[in-house]
Amino acid sequence: MRYPIAGRTLRVFDVGQRLVQPLRTTMRLALFSDIHANRQAFSACLEAARARGAERLICLGDIVGYGADPEWAVDTLMDLVGKGAIAVRGNHDDAIGAPSDGMNAEAQAAIDWTRGRLSAEQRRFLAELPIMRQEDDRLYVHSEASDPANWRYIRDTSDAARSMMATELQITFCGHIHRPALYSMSSAAKMTSFVPTPGIKVQLLTGRRWLTVLGSVGQPRDGDPAASFAMLDTTTREITYLRVPYDVATAAARIRAGGLPGWLADRLFLGR
Amino acid sequence: MQPGAEIDGFTIGECVHRGGMATLWSVTHPGIKAPLLMKVPLTSEGEDPAAIVSFEMEQMIMPRLTGPHVPACFGTGDFERQAYVVMERIPGQTLYKRIGDLPMPYDEARGIAGRIASALASLHRQNVIHHDIKPSSIMFRPHGGAVLIDFGLSHHSQLPDLLQEEFRLPYGTAPYMAPERLLGVRDDPRSDLFSLGVLLYFFTTGVRPFGETESLRGMRRRLWRDPHPPRKLRRDYPPWLQEIVLRCLEIEPAARYPTAAQLAFDLAHPELVKLTAPSQRQTRDSFGTVWRRRFNRGAMQPHAKSNVAAQLASSPIVVVALDIAEGPDAPNEAIRVTAERVLSTSPSARLACLNVLKLNRVSIDRTLDEQGQNKHVDRLVALQHWARPFGLDESRLTVHVLEAIDPAAAILEFAAVNHVDHIIMGARQSSMMRSLLGSVSGKVASEAPCTVTVVRPSRSTAQTDGSDGTPDHAGDTSAITPPGLF
Repeated sequence: MRYPIAGRTLRVFDVGQRLVQPLRTTMRLALFSDIHANRQAFSACLEAARARGAERLICLGDIVGYGADPEWAVDTLMDLVGKGAIAVRGNHDDAIGAPSDGMNAEAQAAIDWTRGRLSAEQRRFLAELPIMRQEDDRLYVHSEASDPANWRYIRDTSDAARSMMATELQITFCGHIHRPALYSMSSAAKMTSFVPTPGIKVQLLTGRRWLTVLGSVGQPRDGDPAASFAMLDTTTREITYLRVPYDVATAAARIRAGGLPGWLADRLFLGR
Repeated sequence: MQPGAEIDGFTIGECVHRGGMATLWSVTHPGIKAPLLMKVPLTSEGEDPAAIVSFEMEQMIMPRLTGPHVPACFGTGDFERQAYVVMERIPGQTLYKRIGDLPMPYDEARGIAGRIASALASLHRQNVIHHDIKPSSIMFRPHGGAVLIDFGLSHHSQLPDLLQEEFRLPYGTAPYMAPERLLGVRDDPRSDLFSLGVLLYFFTTGVRPFGETESLRGMRRRLWRDPHPPRKLRRDYPPWLQEIVLRCLEIEPAARYPTAAQLAFDLAHPELVKLTAPSQRQTRDSFGTVWRRRFNRGAMQPHAKSNVAAQLASSPIVVVALDIAEGPDAPNEAIRVTAERVLSTSPSARLACLNVLKLNRVSIDRTLDEQGQNKHVDRLVALQHWARPFGLDESRLTVHVLEAIDPAAAILEFAAVNHVDHIIMGARQSSMMRSLLGSVSGKVASEAPCTVTVVRPSRSTAQTDGSDGTPDHAGDTSAITPPGLF
């Protein structure tokens, strides 16, 4: 197992088995999830994050799958990781190297298509991404923390509670479901759920634990076709969910031109 | 917490209040001149767990609030070290101190409720529902404006609601709590209007409309049982006041005033309140009505999810400023088309038609014209006539004639005092008049506290050319004649 579990508490080790926590750093983080090889959407988000003074990038997985530019997406991310960005593995990244049977036909078709496009080095990069990463009091994971390799969705407060109980870290960041949400748990284990308002800061109060579910960069499914990402100021502990309109028509045209299932192009316009 | 101690640059002074959930300390800071209060939650073992959650809500909401109707916030500290909120100290007492003076004179209570409604309008515009409106959460600034305090039970529609699943029972002050709160609804700004209605009823009759019950069973009665009409308790209760109070206390939020601003409008203009059947009632609803409410709840529509901003946006106060005296060239038809467009998208909008009766600077004005007719009344009649085609319910339409030397200033003041959301007015057609008298719409558009639409009929239908005030000969007759006539 890649992630040892002790009791209810999950300890997370980096690739280098970093056991001593670094001093707390304060900075502006830009968090992205579910890029899904959508070059137009990810470029627009990166530009918006830079304009907002992002000092560090975090990618929460599913870099490929569905979209038509996997080579560009993986190369871009390899470059960013080389410059200090953090990335974790998503189920689509995982399926490139280890065929999965839990996917629908369109997702599987996109995975098979993508596999043929990526070089050995690119495939190795995806396969070697950690499944979870810890940084200060934050946990980064694609699906959720209680059983991260089984790719369960956070659909409601009970799913969120299960994930939050599985880590001692105060803030968990995940994606996977393609719909932004923000859950909190009080010291008495009472849960709250919230659909964040784009552009409005929310302070992640220190008295409770938080699970911040990011929307998708490259394939939003909450009815808004604009790309979704978030910024976190680690000093004030304020998170801002953001929406970025991008060139959907080009992204969709590339999906069709590449011979991928047409529905993957159509749904980009709908945000479904 | 000790007097003399220092936290984040704030020096602790005396303890000014010890409540059930928090203590209040007077504090000073070398960089801040205003008198300050530090609110510190009670978080030790055995304290009410609500204290922590409601403190977290205040910590999130208070720094975002602005304006004269809330205490300014100067800093927060979190639970990792010492939890606190530092806010402006409002001098004086809360409205609770007036409870010994009840019942109050009607006009004084109207003034107080009007100021609270204005404060609520400001709060709701900031996406916040107070949820604990009662005399002890209301203070007043020296110049008279109401200040709302205690945001521990509040809901911010753009922030997580930490109280949402925290308590199985609704949290708040039982006598003032709106019925929908008992069903777990926390996102309807009209809950605050119900609480203000309870306060107004109590202050004018000396009796709480739903008693002082604290039990959930006793509180639930308000879901089906309406209060005694105030006229039953006080024979001389003004009908307009009963109309307002009973509308605030409607069981269904949709039957109450749609916004605090619209309630403030009626409280500011009692003579214009449209009196309906409830204004004269002496008895409560019949047993059959109450029975249906109580035992047929399942048949009621589920409460649609509400959003503070959307609720306010659907219920604007729209002012139409009409220039009745200018003559046939006034663009009043074009203004009507524009106003119809605005009203058609705002189902609960309220329309106030204004006209300014211009007073002379030097001579003493007579309200009677040469024929001895009362100008003021003439203009009210003309405004009513203009507004009739809208077919608006009278409770949504008022007409006002303002007397002023400076028309723009009069319109601006009316807009500010009455929380107007949108002003629609015409541009003066003749440029000669405009250069002689100045542009009223220009001044209003640049200084108004809200949206202003300046209506100008398109050139082809205008009677005069804007450049020199002479008739426009550029267009041919067929362009002027409406094609619908043929």
